[in-house]
Amino acid sequence: MALLELGPHGLYCAAGDFYIDPWRPVGRAVITHAHADRAQAGSRGYLTAASGVALLREWLGAEAAVEALPYGQPLTIGGARVSLHPAGHILGSAQVRIEQGGEVWVVSGDYRTAPDPASEPFEPLLCQAFVTEASFGLPIFRWPPEDEALDSVQAWWRANCEAGRSSVLFAQPLGMAQRLLTTLDGSIGPIHAHPEIERFNRHYRAQGISLAGLAPEADGRPALVLAPPSAQGDSWMRRWDQASTAMASGWMRIRGPRRRRALDRGFVLSSHADWPALLAVIDATRAETVWVMHRQPAPLVRWLVEHGRTAVAVEAQYGEDEA
Amino acid sequence: MKAFAELYRKLDETTSTNAKIEALTGYLRAAPPGDAAWAVHFLIGRRPKRLLESRKLAEWAMAEADVPEWLFADCYHAVGDFAETIALLLPASPSASDAAGRPADPAADLPLQYWVESRLLPLAQSDDATRRARLIAAWREMDEAQRFVWNKLITGEFRVGVSQNLVVRAIAALSGLSAGTVSHRLMGDWQPSAAFWRQLEAPEVAEADISRPYPFFLAYPLEGDVEELGDPAGWQVEWKWDGIRAQLIRRQSSVFLWSRGEELMTGRFPELEAMAALLPDGTAIDGELLPWKDGAPLPFAQMQRRIGRKALGARILADVPVALMAFDLLELGGQDVRERPLEWRRAQLEALAPRSAALALSPVVEAASWEGLRAVRGESRARKVEGFMLKRRGSPYRVGRRRGDWWKWKIDPYSVDAVLIYAQPGSGRRASLFTDYTFGIWEQGKLVPFAKAYSGLSDEEIRAVDEFVRRNTIQTFGPVHAVKPELVFELAFEGIQLSSRHRSGIAVRFPRMARWRHDKRAEEADSMDTIRALLGRRES
Repeated sequence: MALLELGPHGLYCAAGDFYIDPWRPVGRAVITHAHADRAQAGSRGYLTAASGVALLREWLGAEAAVEALPYGQPLTIGGARVSLHPAGHILGSAQVRIEQGGEVWVVSGDYRTAPDPASEPFEPLLCQAFVTEASFGLPIFRWPPEDEALDSVQAWWRANCEAGRSSVLFAQPLGMAQRLLTTLDGSIGPIHAHPEIERFNRHYRAQGISLAGLAPEADGRPALVLAPPSAQGDSWMRRWDQASTAMASGWMRIRGPRRRRALDRGFVLSSHADWPALLAVIDATRAETVWVMHRQPAPLVRWLVEHGRTAVAVEAQYGEDEA
Repeated sequence: MKAFAELYRKLDETTSTNAKIEALTGYLRAAPPGDAAWAVHFLIGRRPKRLLESRKLAEWAMAEADVPEWLFADCYHAVGDFAETIALLLPASPSASDAAGRPADPAADLPLQYWVESRLLPLAQSDDATRRARLIAAWREMDEAQRFVWNKLITGEFRVGVSQNLVVRAIAALSGLSAGTVSHRLMGDWQPSAAFWRQLEAPEVAEADISRPYPFFLAYPLEGDVEELGDPAGWQVEWKWDGIRAQLIRRQSSVFLWSRGEELMTGRFPELEAMAALLPDGTAIDGELLPWKDGAPLPFAQMQRRIGRKALGARILADVPVALMAFDLLELGGQDVRERPLEWRRAQLEALAPRSAALALSPVVEAASWEGLRAVRGESRARKVEGFMLKRRGSPYRVGRRRGDWWKWKIDPYSVDAVLIYAQPGSGRRASLFTDYTFGIWEQGKLVPFAKAYSGLSDEEIRAVDEFVRRNTIQTFGPVHAVKPELVFELAFEGIQLSSRHRSGIAVRFPRMARWRHDKRAEEADSMDTIRALLGRRES
């Protein structure tokens, strides 16, 4: 029996009368993670992982009814038993496990299996049906070892410092930016963060995640400037217009996106699973049915079907994220 | 080869001219001479003859990566680059990385010269089974960056956003030679080798290669109003002939005829050789090859008919005789005279020109005012020319495409040279042939779709293009075939405007194929800069 169905507002669980990451306001919304496209305001009640509540309120405001659920702790909603489990995507990101009458469904949300000091480690789950993301659902997306990519970021920054110019690094402001800030070496030079990133940093620090110290004001020394991709060309960025530019994202695996943005460098760093990780996670769930949820789920669905699985495409109405 | 892959990455990643020159000089200084020669060879756009079909390369890559064809197509669609798609899909190679995926011992790095001469070029002579085995062995020995560049070399798509001019500047900076000398030494039919590189950067001495042509001086299209050029008395005005730009050289009793694409055409035009034998040794003439009969040009299509022939029978020689419309003199008595003023060169050219049906002197058009010239220019179509060439009096003969001294003042319609990138079957009586084409022009090293055209080719040409499409399809999207970007066509159109509905941002009115530019390679097609200049002209 299907525990979930795709309604006009998103994934719906009839047994518990709640939605997961709905794209319109609903009665009760379970939120996998605090990226803006998942956090539609206007629902009567929200449920999210305890460590993600403060981040979610950045979008929903202080008045919204947000209920915190610690990872692993079951909650009965109507006829369904619901629990949240780390997804490794950003701080407080969760897979939603739903159980009813011995049937288990898991909705992954966005996830990453590689360790990240800025988020809780991904927890593999067993289920009969698995609803997976597929942001990078093509075999060209294969991440190099993360420490290698982070080393090249630092090497680029150091070389720029030596050449007397600043380095502007574009990254998803919630998740990837903090991932970088846990690793960047402040002894190379001052680090600045765009206000759109600093806005989230405080919630990370409040939960004891150690981020590199930020320099308060530009003092003319070559600096590393972290900024959201949407800031390319905005007024805050103007003072860095002579800088070398780069982006940290899974999209940097291919040359086209880097060239279209006229960036000097692209670093392959992602908060999402790459193709091998998607396949490994799907395998490890031992799910009989896989729902692939994305704007373009087709290749992964076809691959799974050709490899003997029952797989269904679920076209999601989420935005494409930059990570 | 790692250093060469790294050079490619650096060139690919920056849009700054200085950074590119810095990357080039850094590489060329450190590279073994044989590697430097091959690098220059590829960077200035020369390439080996086609080594194998893209389709086979894809087939073997799919097998090696264990990826089905539909998934390869999806990946190619996301990446937009054939060589890159393959490099991204191939499994991490066991010898290029250790168990943790890190690159292995750099001692495994072999020189570019080895890869090209011992691994790449021999692919041409092998049978498919051998090629496949060799290709897969090569992939397994390389890391991803090298595979990418290697695939680019194999597919003949090696192109990295550096102009020949930039390479010349880098070599000049490295060697202390003038850019003109470096350009000159890069002309002609040289083989990449350590010896060639040493010769290339050697101090100036008498040049050994008697066939070597001078770099062509190329005109820019006039962008503003012709009045902005000032007094017409400061300009020598000639017709712009519609033929094949050529340089005729006679040295040590031998004759060489070069096309602008640096192709040696000697032997294909016997009437010119007979005429050239009348020239004194140590002469180089610049001009336009025209199908020429009874003192007037024949349609260019006649020339194409003749170029297409392998054997030149008496019939075609009589039907389509050829003449050189001479307009400049670059070498006289074995001396390079390109720095002499235009009028001086012209006078010397007139003095030495032999009387021959195969040589004509490009007439100078006299008029007292731009207004008068405009009126005469109106006769262009009737005269079977493309408009005027405007040459600044007193100017030297320069190298490459430069603004300032030579302008082409073409008659409308607008025209650009574009590359065939997609083809699909026509409808009705053309349903079995690929007759509907999409053309791309260059923007930052990539071809962007620019216009569709269906008309303008002869039936014979349509069949030739159809054949090309069938043999060079890279990928299909339903009825649309993406083809190897190789064929260049001159597209003519009536109007041009900005459009948000087109991927290039430009819409043109009534595009059609004015002619097939057999003489141009894909990288010589026009870029968005040309289009922007046309737009600017429209607004002014």
